[in-house]
Amino acid sequence: MTTLPAKTEKKLGLVIDLDTCVGCHACVISCKGWNTENYGAPLSDQNAYGADNSGTFLNRVHSYEVQPAGDAAAQLIHFPKSCLHCEDAPCVTVCPTGASYKRVEDGIVLVNESNCIGCGLCAWACPYGARELDQAEGVMKKCTLCVDRIYNENLPEEDRQPACVRTCPAGARHFGDLGDETSDVSKLVAERGGMDLMPEQGTKPVNKYLPPRPKDEMPEFDVLAPFLEPVAEEPKGFLGWLDKTLEKL
Amino acid sequence: MNQPVIDLSPKVSDEVRKTTCYMCACRCGINVHMKDGPDGNRQVAYIEGNRDHPVNQGVLCAKGSAGIMQVNAPSRLRKPLKRVGERGSGEFEEIEWDEALQIAADWLEPVRRDNPEKLAFFTGRDQSQSFTSFWAQNFGTPNYAAHGGFCSVNMAAAGIYTMGGAFWEFGQPDWDHTKLFMLFGVAEDHDSNPIKMGIGKIKARGARVIGVNPIRTGYNAVADDWVGITPGTDGLFILSMIHCLMKAGKIDLHYLAQYTNAPVLVINNPGQADHGLLMRDENGKELVIDRATGELTPFDKPGVKPDLAATYEKDGQTHRPVFHQMAEMYLDDQYAPEAVADRCGIPAKRIRAIAAELARVAFEESFELDHAWTDFRGEKHNKMVGRPVSFHSMRGISAHANGFQTCRALHTLQILLGTVEVPGGFRFKPPYPKPATAHPKPHVGVTKGAPLNGPHLGFTHGPEDLALKDDGTAARIDKAFTWENPMSSHGLMHMVISNAYAGDPYKIDVLFMYMANMSWNSTMNTRGVIDMLTDKDENGEYVIPKIIYSDAYSSEMVAYSDLILPDTTYLERHDCISLLDRPICEADAAADAIRWPVIEPDRDVKGFQSMLCELGAKMNLPGFVNEDGSQKYADYGDYIVNHERRPGIGPLAGFRGENGDQAGRGSVNPKQLDQYIENGGFFVEHIPDGANYYKPWNMAYQDWAVQLGLYDAPTPYLFSLYVEPMRKFQLAAEGYGPIQPPDHLRDRIMDTLSPLPIWYSTEEDNHAADYPVTALTQRPMAMYHSWGSQNAWLRQLHGHNPLYVPTKLMRENGLQDGDWAKVTSPHGEITVPVLEMAALNENTIWTWNAIGKRKGAWALEEDAPEATRGFLLNHLIHELLPPKGDGLRWANSDPITGQAAWFDLKVRIEKAAAHAESQPGFAPIKSPVGTGPKDLTWKVSK
Amino acid sequence: MHPAPSVIFFTTFSGLGFGLLFFLGLGFPVVTGWTAFAFFVIAYLMAVGGLMASTFHLGRPERAIKAFTQWRSSWLSREAWCAVGALVLMGLYGLGLVFFGTRWTAFGILGALLSMATVFTTSMIYTQLKTIPRWNMKFTPLKFMSLSLAGGALLAGQTDAALVLLVIAGLVQLYTWVEGDKALGASGTNMATATGLGNIGQVRAFEPPHTGTNYLLKEFVHVIGRKHSQKLRIIALGLMTVVPVLLLALPFSHLIGVLAILSHIAGVLTARWLFFAEAEHVVGLYYGKR
Repeated sequence: MTTLPAKTEKKLGLVIDLDTCVGCHACVISCKGWNTENYGAPLSDQNAYGADNSGTFLNRVHSYEVQPAGDAAAQLIHFPKSCLHCEDAPCVTVCPTGASYKRVEDGIVLVNESNCIGCGLCAWACPYGARELDQAEGVMKKCTLCVDRIYNENLPEEDRQPACVRTCPAGARHFGDLGDETSDVSKLVAERGGMDLMPEQGTKPVNKYLPPRPKDEMPEFDVLAPFLEPVAEEPKGFLGWLDKTLEKL
Repeated sequence: MNQPVIDLSPKVSDEVRKTTCYMCACRCGINVHMKDGPDGNRQVAYIEGNRDHPVNQGVLCAKGSAGIMQVNAPSRLRKPLKRVGERGSGEFEEIEWDEALQIAADWLEPVRRDNPEKLAFFTGRDQSQSFTSFWAQNFGTPNYAAHGGFCSVNMAAAGIYTMGGAFWEFGQPDWDHTKLFMLFGVAEDHDSNPIKMGIGKIKARGARVIGVNPIRTGYNAVADDWVGITPGTDGLFILSMIHCLMKAGKIDLHYLAQYTNAPVLVINNPGQADHGLLMRDENGKELVIDRATGELTPFDKPGVKPDLAATYEKDGQTHRPVFHQMAEMYLDDQYAPEAVADRCGIPAKRIRAIAAELARVAFEESFELDHAWTDFRGEKHNKMVGRPVSFHSMRGISAHANGFQTCRALHTLQILLGTVEVPGGFRFKPPYPKPATAHPKPHVGVTKGAPLNGPHLGFTHGPEDLALKDDGTAARIDKAFTWENPMSSHGLMHMVISNAYAGDPYKIDVLFMYMANMSWNSTMNTRGVIDMLTDKDENGEYVIPKIIYSDAYSSEMVAYSDLILPDTTYLERHDCISLLDRPICEADAAADAIRWPVIEPDRDVKGFQSMLCELGAKMNLPGFVNEDGSQKYADYGDYIVNHERRPGIGPLAGFRGENGDQAGRGSVNPKQLDQYIENGGFFVEHIPDGANYYKPWNMAYQDWAVQLGLYDAPTPYLFSLYVEPMRKFQLAAEGYGPIQPPDHLRDRIMDTLSPLPIWYSTEEDNHAADYPVTALTQRPMAMYHSWGSQNAWLRQLHGHNPLYVPTKLMRENGLQDGDWAKVTSPHGEITVPVLEMAALNENTIWTWNAIGKRKGAWALEEDAPEATRGFLLNHLIHELLPPKGDGLRWANSDPITGQAAWFDLKVRIEKAAAHAESQPGFAPIKSPVGTGPKDLTWKVSK
Repeated sequence: MHPAPSVIFFTTFSGLGFGLLFFLGLGFPVVTGWTAFAFFVIAYLMAVGGLMASTFHLGRPERAIKAFTQWRSSWLSREAWCAVGALVLMGLYGLGLVFFGTRWTAFGILGALLSMATVFTTSMIYTQLKTIPRWNMKFTPLKFMSLSLAGGALLAGQTDAALVLLVIAGLVQLYTWVEGDKALGASGTNMATATGLGNIGQVRAFEPPHTGTNYLLKEFVHVIGRKHSQKLRIIALGLMTVVPVLLLALPFSHLIGVLAILSHIAGVLTARWLFFAEAEHVVGLYYGKR
């Protein structure tokens, strides 16, 4: 249904830790693998072994260089991005067929592929680039938050989480109910100052990003100087110190 | 609201088969989900990490998850091939296996009969070295190694000589307790999932990560502090920190006295053959002064308190402990931060700050674990003292001509802080700790028609262990274990082709290689190697007469071989990740694993090792035939189960004994593989609490290791801050002893084989004055060498590789993103597209390695970006240094181990006109497998 | 945005077609018989042809009928209803004019209103997108409708109205260019808000997620050709407004009328190409591109 639910029972989503993501693309390919075999049409690839190769991916890892003011070293931040399952999802309301919808029970934004005419308008409406029109199937593909994993009774309990979260080697991806203040993900967001992407777009994303912790802030030497207070200036003095110290051991 | 009804519990798979990944060298456990396809065939539908597996605990990297695209890659070879055109043309005809093995046997049997050294058998990125070396040993050639010499022998050898274990597979930080983690070196590839998991774990705890790497990508991007060091100066930086720490007395004196050779006395006998050797008693035990008695005492005598300070007077000479020499050496102002700052590109203040932080965490945040333990001297300890500073290192610091000493310096720093094998520090993984002396020595005893006299590779402990013929020339084709590189424990794969081509030390007849892309990205001087492989002598014969090659895929090397024996993919084969080889253990457990055919090949291919079982039997190699001459091992799986290296010790440690209930030692269990499969493809045996730290000196661990078969007797030892074998080589260079180096090498041996870590610049040798910029490569986390490009998913991530250029050099050369630049080294030039990177050492450029491909290889279309825009830095690197003007050509490698010095590459960069394709360009080679399909919609259950 | 020919063609010609229908519906001019037939054929060829063209950019055109379901919330769905409504009513109206020589005024007026409503809904598809600040302004519907009316007047031979409407359309177009150039900057969306990293320092896109291209880049990031945009704007405005106005100022002849129409269409096609090619989707920020 194209209209958004007034309220969803849960707000399932991801919390992505930009302080920890090493940019390995594990989540990208795990997502590609699961969603090629599962929900809806396979994620196709064009010119798979040639020039101008491209394919449908529901999750991609960007990287940004950030240059702090002054002469501090530039920083590199790896930045995974997939559907943020927005509360005010503009991609849903623009859909002319009702193929795009936001689930009432958990807030997951999905595409009912059999109703999708592939007009692309939802992708136009999404500021995050979370939707890709599959070139083989002609329908819109997007992150399903692995809706076919998280409730899947054929999977062991511990595996009922999105493929990208299960596979992330650095543990930079967290899954949970962001509508529940007591959930682990909500606490993480509160502790680490989780942020919205493009808040001014008014989409109210459910997924949150944990900002990188401050970098290159090791205390200046003066503070640490006591730890390197010389015991002697010369090898000879050092051996004297050594003898005395060994005596105490 | 009427939402669509969707199936929230679709069937995930019809069956899960658990095996070991081989998308890189990490060897994670994987769950291969199988589904019945429309044709009724059970196919691979999805691959995920195995939660129970000790290596990856469920997680899996991009490569691992893309395995499905590897086993259906169009680049897979399909049938044995015989070359019919000229080498390099790619013209082949498909032949049957019978004919292929007959050709191989017809080439190899005369070699074995007449002169086994005329076979050079090198196995690249082999994960079955204990098997392939066994085959080579039974064949009788001295010329066997895998790829360690161009990969990271400096790291492995420095670690083992210094402390009986190294980084990578040999050990890991104590992720659960460490509070400060310091990572050195570019190319953050090895042990990748465990490192990522560890970093994630300690970051979640708020521990500090310091990255020392000219390039701030990957792990260095998440490091709290980034040290963008000048490449090749890590050793100097480390020695400067050692200087600071020693000067401040921030070193673990108890640890140094008890567990290292710091208190061992060094013979002071100038002008004599034993000057600088360690003082030993009649049993060969190192001697120390006991602080309690003041007497000269063997280091391991119960109750001894080795004295770091006391000297020993005898015959008018003062013999001083190792630690005195260290104090003298490292307290010198040449290592003061102010003296090294400019060369390292790190402000002196920052060097001091980092050293101080190491000291603060090691000593102020020290803690204790409640584990009682008994050391090898019989002394009981109620607690285990923790020093929560840990180090790890990547290839970056080791692929330099000063890499061995740099790795040694890093281990010295670890040891001075008392952070090895203690809680919070760096921990070994079984079968390590294992001192260099417990490893074999190299063997080169050749007998016609018979096996070699022992294992090929090992550790030399003095000139008598070198692999020299009676006339002093090299016994091995790669000149490993010669005066040019006396401690080359992994061999020198990168020198095989050029030495064989030059006939120096001798000519060979057959070059037999396995998964080593020597005509492309696995070699220095790519163009030169291609020419060597295709050059003919005056009789019109190829200078390297016969080349047999085994690979699963249509790599660049295929075209340069005469006989292709197609291998399987990793899901179609047996393998063992053995404790006899490079195992998958964790610091708390011994573990090994298998691969097994979770799918059957749909092509006429054989697993390389199974093929060797057959070929070995065909040639009647001992070890591969029964007494009646019949084939001993039907295939590799059969070998894995039934081979015994020593009685009760086989390739796999798990499920041994008739009932499969014995660990480590036990008789052959015919059902062993089934039990591995049932257990998820691996076996793990945990180290008991109280035995899992202080392992080299902890009797509980030593006993456990003996019980498991890692050693045959307890082998406690001291860490070698002072590596005595190096002093022995120096003494020979000074003229002592019967085995003497050639004169032109004497100075270099004396200068570089210092028994205490030193640092020396490699810049002059690489003409840094004219070529001031260092050029490096890293492997992307989502690619493994050349393999990723044949993978439809992975090649979308890295389809071509820009040259990353620091902001300063971009500005100086008027470059903008997408411009082209010419990069020139003393050896060659390339012209390639550039991209600006700010988080990069300002005199370093770099690119991703092995993305560039030859047209026609890997079943890619000829206009694929890998072949048009991708490029290799290899064209700029030579296996020899630029001429020095002394008439000699010196190897571009570490003078101690022979490790290829990839990262010493010095270049110039200038703007160039845009090109249609990266330069140099190469003519296409004909693909033996055609090209892949245009579009993919891969789904088993459509 | 990728200037897809199907969408440029669709919006240009359906705008003209519905513009013409608007005038016909209101009885400017009142025509019957073969003359009416000719006018309606031209109007329907343009309107329906444009609509047909729009289905070329659908991934699954065979399901296009489903687009009628979401009129409550979707402008695209509303457009479908308005278009069908306008075409049906104007069809009936035309039937009366051509075959019965009768003007069913109610159908005509309603049809005319729905025709304009169709153009309005089309414009709202673009206007509603906050992701494309250049489009997300009140003047976008005004631009579509003024152009539709001007073109309709030209086609309907309403010279005086056309003169006025062409000038208005030209001024609206000029204004949307001037305002549009400031829109992304004024939207508050930039690399800092896109990444949330702005508080650390200056953000620059480094490696893209994939070295190859993808749907997003092909659809939303169109950098090529923008460097000629100033020239193209002059050409578009000249052909769309200035030339037709000058031609109409001359003594009227059918040749001049046709020339004015052709010039106007060429101008609108150019302007429409720019409308897409110049539009910066904010997703481009994630790729360091506009």
